[in-house]
Order: sequence, then structure tokens, then C-alpha cells
Amino acid sequence: MALLAAGRFPLHWAVAHRSFRRYSTYRGATFAGVFTNTVFGFIQAYVLLAVLGQRGEVGGFDAADVVTFTFVTQGLLAAVAAFGPFELADRITSGDVVSDLYRPFDLQSWWLAQDAGRAGFQLVFRGVPPFAVAALAFDVRLPADAGVWAAFVLSLGLAVTIAFAWRFAISLTAFWLIDARGFVQLTGLVFLFFSGFVVPLGFFPDGLRAVAQVLPFSAVVQLPVEVFLSKHRAPAELALVLARQAAWVLVILVAGRAVLARAWRKVVVQGG
Amino acid sequence: MADATPSIAEQATIWRKLVAARIRADWQYRTSFVLFTVSQFVAAFVDIAVVLVLFTNVDRLAGWSVAEVAFLYGTASLAFGLADVFVSEVEFVAHHIRHGSFDRFLLRPVGPLLLLSGHEFAFRRAGKVFQAALVLAVAVTQVDVGWDAARVAMVVQMVVVGFLIFSGIWVVTSSIAFWAVEIREVANSFTYGGNFLAHYPMEIFSGWLRRLATIVPLAFVSYYPALWVLGRNDPHGSPAWLRFAGPLVAAGVVLVARAVWSSGIRHYRSTGS
Repeated sequence: MALLAAGRFPLHWAVAHRSFRRYSTYRGATFAGVFTNTVFGFIQAYVLLAVLGQRGEVGGFDAADVVTFTFVTQGLLAAVAAFGPFELADRITSGDVVSDLYRPFDLQSWWLAQDAGRAGFQLVFRGVPPFAVAALAFDVRLPADAGVWAAFVLSLGLAVTIAFAWRFAISLTAFWLIDARGFVQLTGLVFLFFSGFVVPLGFFPDGLRAVAQVLPFSAVVQLPVEVFLSKHRAPAELALVLARQAAWVLVILVAGRAVLARAWRKVVVQGG
Repeated sequence: MADATPSIAEQATIWRKLVAARIRADWQYRTSFVLFTVSQFVAAFVDIAVVLVLFTNVDRLAGWSVAEVAFLYGTASLAFGLADVFVSEVEFVAHHIRHGSFDRFLLRPVGPLLLLSGHEFAFRRAGKVFQAALVLAVAVTQVDVGWDAARVAMVVQMVVVGFLIFSGIWVVTSSIAFWAVEIREVANSFTYGGNFLAHYPMEIFSGWLRRLATIVPLAFVSYYPALWVLGRNDPHGSPAWLRFAGPLVAAGVVLVARAVWSSGIRHYRSTGS
């Protein structure tokens, strides 16, 4: 698959590859990030376990489920990057984006390739270590069989693509706000809260859970982790989860292009 | 040299001027300024929303009621928020070391800490303080406590001690940048992670984490003094005097922070670029 991609999209493949390499040079920062994710994972795991100490399970999750959930989400955090990097937004603020817009390639897919390289690095090097540490301290779960593993890998790919599409669209607000950092922060919080990152959505009261279900964010965190926990075993069920994620990829990527088209006209006006 | 060092009043004036300049600069991007402040206010609500969500599933967390956990949350977050407003700017030392711009903080006639605090001041961080004060005010009326002068004084002491402890942690962990600028993010585990930890009763954590929280010493921010205010027992039987040891611990933290920071400054080598 990778070779096919390299053959058909040489530019995008090269961009993704270099982006992966670029992140792999920050070894100290990667270590520091893993350390922080692990510490937060421990605190959150104990908090959720305290809830389960009062009742055996919440929203279909038992003790091993919540611990696994906590450390898989901590490992996902860097890859889905709710709080950035927002390099595109910075380039819009500084005006550098103008030269991006005149280059002979599609802006969105170029940034997608760039982000895929980054996310690929962070899924492996920020994602696996916190979970490995947790496995030493707690009972954790692994996917039940090879089929679930395969579905999980696909689900992760879709999750980081949704997250990318979302950040791309949010970054474009810098065309109107000039300094988008405040808006980025605010949307990042909504993102994390309704994704299930801070508390599994099964812990939410019904009303709040209904809100989370219609937003795209649960498809970034809650759904892939449910797949990891083998909560969806039947092939039809897994297909439905992946289809839901794919639908969000499509909707948000298209929305991002629509916003870009409007922004493009605005830039021309400013540059006039 | 002594006559060149500004008095405390002069230093306060300098700090106020730096802060005013910084707020004027940030105010140039008004929408972002407002959204940033709102986002800090909302961010803090996400933390308390988590507590409330957890309590929709259970009546008590390790025997603590929602009002009691909110009391821990309120005192710890208020202390943390104040440290965030006035001292957290010290973490920008990593940025300045990397960019080779830290030299100028050393070449001014006021201390680098004061300069950093003024230079990197961000009004938005006050959003957290407002929210924490709000939660604390509600929690104080909801907990089952006969409030007397001693208990009120203890709440004030908790915020002051917590402020000093969080400030000290911020200075110590930011000083890591003097030796290893790349692993700066480890600091977040102790600052933001410490705030997260201090929102909950220590009883829910395992032994090694509880011991760590006594050494680092986050347990003195909210948990130990709250045991006394709320009239609760520590199921792990910590000695009673720990509940009142906060001021002493805070003094120790401040001394350690001073020592580490000055050692870092002495160790500092400019990038030369």
C-alpha cells in the first residue's frame, strides 16, 4: 500500500516521509512528552478507578477497561494534537501563506501529507511507551484478535485524519481573526471534552452523551479506543464504526475546502 | 553596586509598567484577547465538569462528597491560578535560552525572574483565578462545616501556601531548561499534573504516588489542611501535625526554588548566536 502511494503521489509521500523524520529528531521532547502523558495517565486512572471502587462498572467499562482507555487516550493525545501544532495558522498570521497559495499543489492535501508523517511518528513513539508502562502497573486489555487489531489500525488512521481535517478548518479562521490562538484554544477544549479524552463518554449523563454523539470528536478518541477494547467484535459492527469515522473525514475535509475557497477570495482582496 | 539595585517599591513599579505594556500589546488583537481569556475560564470549567460528571455516577469518591472534592478543587485551583498569573512566566526561560535572548534578562538592573514575570505576563490566565474563586465560594457554602475564625483563616492559609508551593514547583521545574532545554515539557507533569492531582483526595492514589505527593509536596496544598477543615480522617493514618505543616513546607519549597534558580543562572551559557 505504501509503495502504491509512493508511486501515485510522489510529492505527498516525500512530504510525509520528511515530516516523520523531522519529528524523530526531537528525542528529548519526545521523552518529555511520554513522561507527561504517563504521569497524567496514572492520575486519571486512579481517579476513574476510585469511581469504579463504588460500583463494579460504569457505561459498560470495568476496571481494566478504564485503565486501558486512559493510557490509550494519553498515547493518542500527541497524534490527534487538539492543541496544535497549528503551523498553517501561524503562516496565515505572518502572511507566509500567500506563497503557499501560489504553489502548484493542493494546499489541503499537502498539509494532510505533512500531518500524516507527524502523526505516524507520534502514534508509535508517543503512543506505545505510556501504555507499556501502564501494563507494568495495572491490569490492561489488548485487542481480542487479529481482526480487531486490523480494525484498530484503520480506525487510528481515520481518527488522525478527522483531527487533521478539523485543525485545518480551524486554522483557516486566522484569515479572519489574524491571531487565531484564542479560538484554537477554545475549540481545542470542546474537542477534548466531547471526544471522551477527559472522561470516557460512558461516564457522561444521558443529555451530555447525546451531545457528544452528534459531534465529530468522539470519532477521534472514543471510537478507536472502543475498537481497541474489543467493544465492537462483529465484522458488521466494526464496519459501521469505520464508516462513521470515514463519513466524518469526508464531511470535515469538504467543509475545510469550502472555507479555503472563501478565504482565497479574501486574500486576493487584501493583496489587491 | 548596592545603590544600583532598585528598591522593592521601584521593582514593583517596573513590574507594573511591563505588565501594562504587555496587556496593551496583546489588546491589539482584540478578538483573540477576549477568546483567550474566555478559553482559560472555560478550560477551568472542563476540570470541574469532570468532577461533576464523575459524581453523576457515584454519591461519594473514596468517602468524599462532591462538595468536599469541590473544596479541594477550589483551594488548589485558586492557588494554582495565582501562581499561573504571577509566576508561571518563568517557564518562558526555556524559549529565551533556545533563542539566545535570555542574555538581555541578565543585563538589566532588576532580577531576571521579575523581568520574565512582567515580560511574559498574560491577562488571560486570570480567567482561571475567577473560576476557581467561584467554585471555592460555592463549595464553602455546601460543605458540612461549622465555620469559625480558625477554619476561615486556614482556608486563606491554604491559598497562600498553595500559591508558594506551586510557584516554587514552577521555578524549580523551569530551571531544568538551564541544563537540558529539550526536555522542558517534563515540567508540565509537576505543574499542571500537580494541580490535577491536588483536586482529588490523596486516598484514591496508590502508595508510591501518595508518598511522592508528600515530597513534591502537593499534598500540603489542599489535602492535609482540608482534612482538618472538613473534620475528616486520613484512612492511611498520617500524623495530625501534617495538617498544619503547610507554612513550614512552603518556606522550604521557596528556599529550594531560590537555590535551584540561582544555580541555574550560574550554570547558564549563552548560545552565542
